[in-house]
Amino acid sequence: MTTLTENKQILFDVQSVRKKFPALHQKVNGHPLVYFDNAATSQKPKEVIDALSHFYEKDNANIHRGIHTLAERATAEFEETRKAVQSFIHAPEAEEIIFTSGTTGGINLVAQTYGRKFLKKGDEVILSAMEHHSNIVPWQMICEEKGAKLKVIPITEAGELILKEYKKLLSAKTKIVSIAYVSNTLGTINPVKDIIKLAHEAGAKVLIDAAQAIIHIPINVKELDCDFMAFSGHKMYGPNGMGVLYGKRELLEAMPPYQGGGEMIKEVTFDKTTYNELPYKFEAGTPNIADVVAMKNAIDFVNSLDRNAALIHEHQLLQKTMSGLAGIDGIRLIGTAKHKTGVVSFVSDRIHHFDMGMMLDAKGIAIRTGHHCTEPLMNLLGIEGTNRASFAVYNTEEEVDYFIETVKGIIQKRKK
Amino acid sequence: MNQSINEIQEEIIDEFSMLGGDMESTVFYIMELGNHLPPLDEKYKIPENLVKGCQSKVWLTTSFKEGKIFFLADSNTEVTKGLISMLIRIWNGRTPKEILNSDLYFIEKIGMQRVVGSQRSNGFASMIKQMKLYALGYQQKEKV
Repeated sequence: MTTLTENKQILFDVQSVRKKFPALHQKVNGHPLVYFDNAATSQKPKEVIDALSHFYEKDNANIHRGIHTLAERATAEFEETRKAVQSFIHAPEAEEIIFTSGTTGGINLVAQTYGRKFLKKGDEVILSAMEHHSNIVPWQMICEEKGAKLKVIPITEAGELILKEYKKLLSAKTKIVSIAYVSNTLGTINPVKDIIKLAHEAGAKVLIDAAQAIIHIPINVKELDCDFMAFSGHKMYGPNGMGVLYGKRELLEAMPPYQGGGEMIKEVTFDKTTYNELPYKFEAGTPNIADVVAMKNAIDFVNSLDRNAALIHEHQLLQKTMSGLAGIDGIRLIGTAKHKTGVVSFVSDRIHHFDMGMMLDAKGIAIRTGHHCTEPLMNLLGIEGTNRASFAVYNTEEEVDYFIETVKGIIQKRKK
Repeated sequence: MNQSINEIQEEIIDEFSMLGGDMESTVFYIMELGNHLPPLDEKYKIPENLVKGCQSKVWLTTSFKEGKIFFLADSNTEVTKGLISMLIRIWNGRTPKEILNSDLYFIEKIGMQRVVGSQRSNGFASMIKQMKLYALGYQQKEKV
């Protein structure tokens, strides 16, 4: 055990990572904060926070059309982030990176443009049983409008997609497959590469919802060969209110614009408007400039980590939490897939998740409780909600120990 | 009813002050209060009586006798149940006017303002609204 700990310390220095996150160093209800709600949003390193105020203090200007110095600086920084995102997810071209408001914004964009243009009556869109509402509702809306149908890939008890059933669902009618890379409720890592390959063989396009994956898994869109990918900045140590939609150029070119306004046009007359080139065609109006600019610092932060060591570290937190909770009488783990990221959902046979969340918060522990915007999944599992602990790179084994002890204590107290 | 609404609120604030602002003791005390709430007969746990929050369910039913409102309620979460028991302690047997004119300041004083801050997280905020709606309804009915 000693060697393992020693190795780990050499591999990953969690304490120096923690130092970069101001929000982690505070007391909540008299206890040091244990932030286990990272699947909802991650905390931000100091450099991201500083980049935001630096932008407003020094470089604030509207982008792309100004000829003055500040406008040039702001534009350059904004476009720097686009290049940083491109290289972060290994997209072939920077023009394939569209800035959105977040994952939800990206999925809606594809549903409302690609979906509206290419879905016809009788066509099918395939999702999975573990999708977040934001990867269900946009498709429901467009399917209803177009007379297309939603098909759902079922899951096993452990929370893994049943690929055999997915293959059966695929047909010439399948136009779009939209799947979460990682489940926000169960933590399951889906075999997206296989899913994409099979969809392509059936002639369908694939959108990957990478909201939960982006913080944990190194992403290569070229290698995955996905047609679209959406994710949010705030779930990977970046600012709120900015997200990314990646799309293959030929598809983005073929899609009509999403929203009309400034920035997305080439020429406007009252008779006809011609649209701007990629990526601006999809970025109507003044974008969320400061947050996009500061996103580059979040990417730099992630790139500064030893990603493998970070993955191992997060995996150790996951394993420790899963086995710790499994050892508590009356606790049932929800989502025990073989391949998981740092998300642990659990239910107690006698304590409602809302009460558990309140009691943990009283001890300084932040988890999320409820249905996690996956009501269809909850219905399928026959539960109302779960307690969900989710990890980021700055969480520690000591925090996990404290969390497990606290849950144990709560259960014992309620037994009396 | 001898005590006024505010007298009961002060009494509750006093009880909680003994916990010294410790959040854990506060939460446990609220849950403890919930255990003393008279159980709601299953026949009342019907969709029509459901005041739905995002995370917890609350069932609420009322009766109106001699100008006063009487509440029966239950929840599937212990914290919400405890919070409800305090509402009932304060508002049970009051006239619609008393309820509508009251300011529930005890919630903030016991450190639970966040449970009324968000309608989504629990049924408690919706419950307060629903109880006031009942009061408004009975008041209108009386006028007719």
